[in-house]
Amino acid sequence: MTDSWWLLPLLAGVLLAMSAGPLGSFVVWKRMAFFGDTLAHGALLGITFGVMTDLDPTLALVAGSLVLAVLLLPLQRTSGLATDTLLGIVSHGTLAVGLVLLSLTGDIRVDLNAYLFGDLLAIDQWHVLWLLLSTTLTLVLLRVFWTDLLAVTVSPELARIEGRPVAALELLLTILLACTVALAMKVVGILLISAMLIIPAATARAFARTPGQMTLLAAASGVLAVLLGVMASFRWDTPAGPSIVVSALLLFLLSLPRRSAAQ
Amino acid sequence: MPSETMTSPLLQATGIELSYRDRKVLDHISLTLRPGQIMTIIGPNGTGKSSLIRVLLGLLTPQAGRIERRPGLRIGYMPQKLQLDRRMPLTVRGFLQLAKGADFNAIDHWLQRLSIQSLAEQSVHSLSGGEWQRVLLARALLRNPELLVLDEPVQGVDVQGQAELYALIPELRDELGCAVLMISHDLHLVMSATDEVLCLNGHICCSGHPDSVTADPAYLQLFGKDQQPVFAPYVHHHDHDHSCCDHTDTAAGAHKHD
Repeated sequence: MTDSWWLLPLLAGVLLAMSAGPLGSFVVWKRMAFFGDTLAHGALLGITFGVMTDLDPTLALVAGSLVLAVLLLPLQRTSGLATDTLLGIVSHGTLAVGLVLLSLTGDIRVDLNAYLFGDLLAIDQWHVLWLLLSTTLTLVLLRVFWTDLLAVTVSPELARIEGRPVAALELLLTILLACTVALAMKVVGILLISAMLIIPAATARAFARTPGQMTLLAAASGVLAVLLGVMASFRWDTPAGPSIVVSALLLFLLSLPRRSAAQ
Repeated sequence: MPSETMTSPLLQATGIELSYRDRKVLDHISLTLRPGQIMTIIGPNGTGKSSLIRVLLGLLTPQAGRIERRPGLRIGYMPQKLQLDRRMPLTVRGFLQLAKGADFNAIDHWLQRLSIQSLAEQSVHSLSGGEWQRVLLARALLRNPELLVLDEPVQGVDVQGQAELYALIPELRDELGCAVLMISHDLHLVMSATDEVLCLNGHICCSGHPDSVTADPAYLQLFGKDQQPVFAPYVHHHDHDHSCCDHTDTAAGAHKHD
């Protein structure tokens, strides 16, 4: 171990915040918070299959989230259930099945706490590499399809009449979200992933005049929360993931006066 | 002689049928829209006007019937209502930039044309009803449409603004050379600007030039003789003859009053 052992966790957190902020803005605009939660819970099922099949755990995690995300899209349209009912069933159903299956494998290498609450300090360079790949891909694709994605978010109907590929764009957003959520698990844990999507975006709203500003500010406040959280975690030996979320929460609370002034 | 593309229909619908569960909303609707034509659909609330437009735009799939659109037809659509989420910060210019193919100059042109250039950098959440309607119209016009579709364009606009907005429509038609298909509650306000009126009550009650439609018994049945249609509640009068409006008639398109 060198004395730069803190570098990987910090890098992982910063990379995550950089994609979670912009994606979280879309989650807030499209009211998809529960959807993000469902992907996070379902990701545990991916872990379980990874353990059962001896697949690379990160690969299994991402694949699990992607399959769930892609299945959820048509299910929302055809199941005849209200969206929040469907998501509630899938979200907690997959979490429970994942927990049961995981216990059945009897694999002692699996540390459930690490998945539920994150294990940022134990993160390895491969996971950071995954995050680098995912974040780069997310930011590039968001930039390339920015106007399309924004048009679909503001009004799917107008976007469709204007000839934008609405279904493909929604799928793209869902896939990016699934990747980010899957990789966020190690950083903040299944139970707190949604916080990294929503809190920085909500903070950014108070200062932004355009959607672009909101996504950038969300990324910035997310990164700041990671820096503060990791520092606090080192200093007071608190768990890293929750410390990051607490920092994000404090930043949000600080934005509140500005928010009420702006509206 | 006008060339073939000048006179061939932009959009043609035949025998459109649409039901929500057991309720028949559109019953055997046929219509033809030609370049440069202004067609107004009128009818009481809940008679399928918006559904018809959504079918024609391809947003709803009818249970029966055919819709032929000219290939590559550019449509500018102004929806009846578009509620923007306050959680997204957005300026008027930012909103207009979302129109596919819109550039900076075109946005400025239409902002100016619709007299809302002062709103460009304002938040969309701070606009009045009338201002927002004009912004929506600008977004539709930015498509440089061959067909402009307006669903109740004067909703939430004060009376003075309504007349101004309606006066604008034939001007815009002439400037763009586009056809216009619009829904209106109030035939009197749009009459001078309309080439053809479709009176809708699930099926097409009557259609034709505004003058002939306002004299049509079916129109009078729906709207009453001396009421201002825009404020008229839907009252079924039974004291006149039903020669035009036979509610069991399926060949509704047959009522022409040219």
